Amino acid sequence: MTKAMLSIDNAAKRFVTPASMGDRIAHALGGPDRTQTVHAVTDVTLTVAKGEVVGLVGESGCGKSTLGRMISGIYAPSSGAIALEGTPVAKMAGKRIQKLTTRVQMVHQDPFSSLDPRMRVANTVSEGPVHHQLVSAAGADDNVADMLVRVGLDASTRRRFPHQFSGGQRQRIAIARALAMQPDLLVLDEPVASLDVSIQAQVLNLFLDLRQQLGLTAVFISHDLGVVRHVSDRVAIMYLGRVVELADTVPLFDRPAHPYTRALLDSVPKLGAGRGAFSAVAGEIPSPLNPPPGCAFHPRCPFAGPRCSVERPILKAGDNTPGTVACHLYDGGT
Amino acid sequence: MSDAILSVEELQTHFFTRAGVLKAVDGVSFSVGKGRILGLVGESGSGKSVTGYSILRLVDAPGKIVGGRILLKGKDLAALDPEAMRRTRGAVVSMIFQDPMMTLNPVLKIGTQMVAAIKAHVKISTADARKQARDALALVGIPAPDERLDVYPHHLSGGMRQRVAIAIALLHKPAVIIADEPTTALDVSIQSQILAEVRRLADQTGTAFVWVTHDLSVVSSLADDIAVMYAGRIVESGETGAVLAHPKHPYTAGLMASVPSQAERGQKLVQIKGSTPSLAHLPEGCSFRPRCPRATDICKTMPALLPLGDTKVRCHHPIVEHAS
Ligand SMILES: Nc1ncnc2c1ncn2[C@@H]1O[C@H](COP(=O)(O)OP(=O)(O)OP(=O)(O)O)[C@@H](O)[C@H]1O
Ligand SMILES: Nc1ncnc2c1ncn2[C@@H]1O[C@H](COP(=O)(O)OP(=O)(O)OP(=O)(O)O)[C@@H](O)[C@H]1O
Ligand code: SF4
Ligand code: SF4
Ligand SMILES: [Mg+2]
Ligand SMILES: [Mg+2]
Repeated sequence: MTKAMLSIDNAAKRFVTPASMGDRIAHALGGPDRTQTVHAVTDVTLTVAKGEVVGLVGESGCGKSTLGRMISGIYAPSSGAIALEGTPVAKMAGKRIQKLTTRVQMVHQDPFSSLDPRMRVANTVSEGPVHHQLVSAAGADDNVADMLVRVGLDASTRRRFPHQFSGGQRQRIAIARALAMQPDLLVLDEPVASLDVSIQAQVLNLFLDLRQQLGLTAVFISHDLGVVRHVSDRVAIMYLGRVVELADTVPLFDRPAHPYTRALLDSVPKLGAGRGAFSAVAGEIPSPLNPPPGCAFHPRCPFAGPRCSVERPILKAGDNTPGTVACHLYDGGT
Repeated sequence: MSDAILSVEELQTHFFTRAGVLKAVDGVSFSVGKGRILGLVGESGSGKSVTGYSILRLVDAPGKIVGGRILLKGKDLAALDPEAMRRTRGAVVSMIFQDPMMTLNPVLKIGTQMVAAIKAHVKISTADARKQARDALALVGIPAPDERLDVYPHHLSGGMRQRVAIAIALLHKPAVIIADEPTTALDVSIQSQILAEVRRLADQTGTAFVWVTHDLSVVSSLADDIAVMYAGRIVESGETGAVLAHPKHPYTAGLMASVPSQAERGQKLVQIKGSTPSLAHLPEGCSFRPRCPRATDICKTMPALLPLGDTKVRCHHPIVEHAS
């Protein structure tokens, strides 16, 4: 295998939500402790090779953005390690998180709030590279023009403000801003979720182009399985903070092994599937405050057996699975 | 169509703004029959929501319905006085929004608000109203409906809240429900649960739905009929299977081709060039003309929505399949 660009080793992120004032007073007087711990990401191990695109998929709240933010160094892991070619991407210094590298850039979901509305496009794109001395102040303007052209915008638009662009164009600007930092790794968090299909196609095509020209390495987060299938080499399926299946894209979509992956693929409405073609995953998404014991999917799983509610399955390869999978079905039965 | 419960005829809703008159809905016609689901699709700004609001007569200034008719069970809604319209809303036609909190009151328990909604339209004891509320929750597939009556909206997940909103819309067994992107913000797993429930409700209760969405795949599995909107007009309509199997309007064809699952993995997606036009600066003639690969000079005149085969299309050069 080629050398790993990104290595995530047993990374976890817990958020402690403070109790309300009343609860704190009650606790001080001998009542129960009501601080709650959200297990947003738990023990994720994953590597991304140079030039590879790994898709991250799962239901709302399963920890995709949190993992993305840890990879970008915006959050320090609560435990475990995340490193880019051996260098940690973040550390916790006192209470402040320090981003240790500019080599990872993140593109956020919402193109309407991720750009500073009072900043001209030229400054938005050049601020980071100039600050980090990747380009000189004198060369900044040419650099901006280059970046805008690269993402398919006219260089003459660089004096404009974000509100003068459409959603798809704003997402291009956000990508240009990330690319201007000459990142080794790009984290894209739902980059097309808020866009209309016709505009979505433009942004996905841009990503495919850039990937070919620049050999981008990327983590592509989306809840849209069609989008992830289209752009990723490998896909990690997350459920309640953990990776439950990890495999190459084509075999994963052809013969998903994990019951959750199968259910997820079945619930996507398909063009041309015909009327009434629904097959829903039963039950609700459980809360990360109180993940179910054993396999977290067991309350919704049609195959759950006695072992599933007590013993947590381990992510590993089984007979004829497309990759690795965390399910007792492939490890001695339920 | 004679058995239509709802027919919209040449509806025009315009916004009178400083930038000029925005023709958000400009000559929209469709009808929905008992127990049928019409998928109203189109990109952001194409006029889907304004069409829905117009049917409920919920358009406020600077917007105004300036033309057309809306017939509900054969009765012209424009003829109703505000009080009669208020009684019609909820009882005969109701609406589900993308955000269920548009329907739900955050500070009242689910049961309290449902009982109030029932009592607003019928004389009934609180105990009986509670029982009806409970049955409505069970009908939309909410587990443990008795307990849910006593919780507040924030105790429920987004998907559950949306089900409660649907249950409230169904309370008076309305003839028609207008649903404005109610599953767009939900996960696919929860979305498919709700779509399956809605399909079942339409089949069992005979309620007709106008399902507004920008997602063609949702329409494909949910709707009996489809109407595709572009810049305030319907550009193609017909039975879902027929329209999606052979889209005849270049815009519908482009939309379908740009869905990633339609393309080979990793290959460039078909892209509709340009972007959605501003209503303040529509081109003359066909609104799709600047983006259309088939446009010719004749497209500078507005095409009419005309039957072609078993569907209808608004285009001078529709895509017709040549028998090979
Ligand atoms: N700063 C925070 N403080 C407390 N809890 C948080 C914080 N950020 C995220 N969480 C919680 O962690 C869990 C994972 O959130 P995350 O945003 O990573 O999910 P996601 O998979 O990106 O979901 P979505 O698809 O909705 O964007 C959620 O339960 C969320 O409420
Ligand atoms: N209050 C208003 N004042 C002025 N213009 C309005 C107003 N409400 C809607 N419009 C315009 O009417 C047009 C149609 O809007 P509408 O909300 O129906 O679009 P839509 O198809 O529902 O889009 P989306 O998918 O984004 O919800 C838009 O161009 C919008 O700008
Ligand atoms: S471990 Fe058990 S509950 Fe979990 S997915 Fe596998 S069969 Fe289902
Ligand atoms: S009328 Fe002309 S411009 Fe409009 S969709 Fe048809 S071919 Fe294209
Ligand atoms: Mg997220
Ligand atoms: Mg709308």
